[in-house]
Amino acid sequence: MGKVIKVGMADLNICKAPDVITTLGLGSCIGLVLYDPVTKTGGMVHYMLPDSTKVRNNSNIAKFGDTGIRELLKRVVAAGANKGRLVAKIAGGAKMFEVSGLSEVGNIGARNAEAARAILKELGIRLVAEDTGLNYGRTVELHCDTGEFYIKSVGKPLKII
Amino acid sequence: MGKMTLEDVNNRYLDVLRELGNIGAGNATSAIANMLGMKIDMNVPNIRLMEVSSLGMAVGAEDETIVGIFLEVENDIDGSMMFLLDIPSARYLVNKLMMQEASADEPFGEMELSALKEIGNIIAGSYLSALSSLTQLVIVPSVPYIAVDMAASILSVPAIEFGQYGDNALLIQTEICADVAINGYFILMPEQDSYEKILKSLGITV
Repeated sequence: MGKVIKVGMADLNICKAPDVITTLGLGSCIGLVLYDPVTKTGGMVHYMLPDSTKVRNNSNIAKFGDTGIRELLKRVVAAGANKGRLVAKIAGGAKMFEVSGLSEVGNIGARNAEAARAILKELGIRLVAEDTGLNYGRTVELHCDTGEFYIKSVGKPLKII
Repeated sequence: MGKMTLEDVNNRYLDVLRELGNIGAGNATSAIANMLGMKIDMNVPNIRLMEVSSLGMAVGAEDETIVGIFLEVENDIDGSMMFLLDIPSARYLVNKLMMQEASADEPFGEMELSALKEIGNIIAGSYLSALSSLTQLVIVPSVPYIAVDMAASILSVPAIEFGQYGDNALLIQTEICADVAINGYFILMPEQDSYEKILKSLGITV
């Protein structure tokens, strides 16, 4: 195994085999990976909000789904991935607290996941696997040698999608 | 008065928050001392203004399991607040409250989670009444919600709340000492309009 590249909150980075790219403790945020199985090149964005156009203070492009996913695509293609071969996987978008009603806190996770699906469709990238929603946090890893996406949660068995 | 962001926070506002943290932690400490029937001391709270993207690391490692208690607030101030405890502190308080000796590695059962919610409720209520008396604003909290999970995933909730308005978040850290040190973190997330209302009622114009 190569080195482990860490992606923080509102952050993105690229990765090549044999390295692993990871983000710790996704809650309502989304961890989205793009991966080219031929060149074994990929990348991950950990965004917090679905849409940069709804927010005044939007200078950090990795903070938003719309700008973050596009920037990640640009970066993985520049690193040698072929856009036509890219597949996407997503995790996160949990509802961490069982708040009642339709408050912002209650549905932001679902909106974040929905944004990923919509933007990927628009960009023509296949979403091949997802593990989103429910009420718990997720630590995720993309293993660039295999394209496997590991999901670890507290008190749950390892999940590979 | 123009639109403000958290970036406009000045030293005076931090002083007010420190005072709020002091009174709140003082109230919380005596409430817990009463509930548990023991003497508890408190340290001066530490107020930190930090970047939203590093909030996940604010209370320890991002993947360390912690307890988060979340309440929505409404009336004069709309928004939400969160109280965070590390597992040893949470376990200590629950054990004291339930008069038991369970070890810190044991997961919390239903009854224990409900006891923790009550502790969170009392602590949050102490901070809210401090804020209420400082500002003369009416603040009503919802029932508490609880999560025991990775720090970063729990903190994604306030990070997202703050992230909608700017890139900074305010964190009040308090340490109360009984036989052991209890580490608690408090985060208040007023909506933009309510944030301005709080400042105004404190006589601060930015």
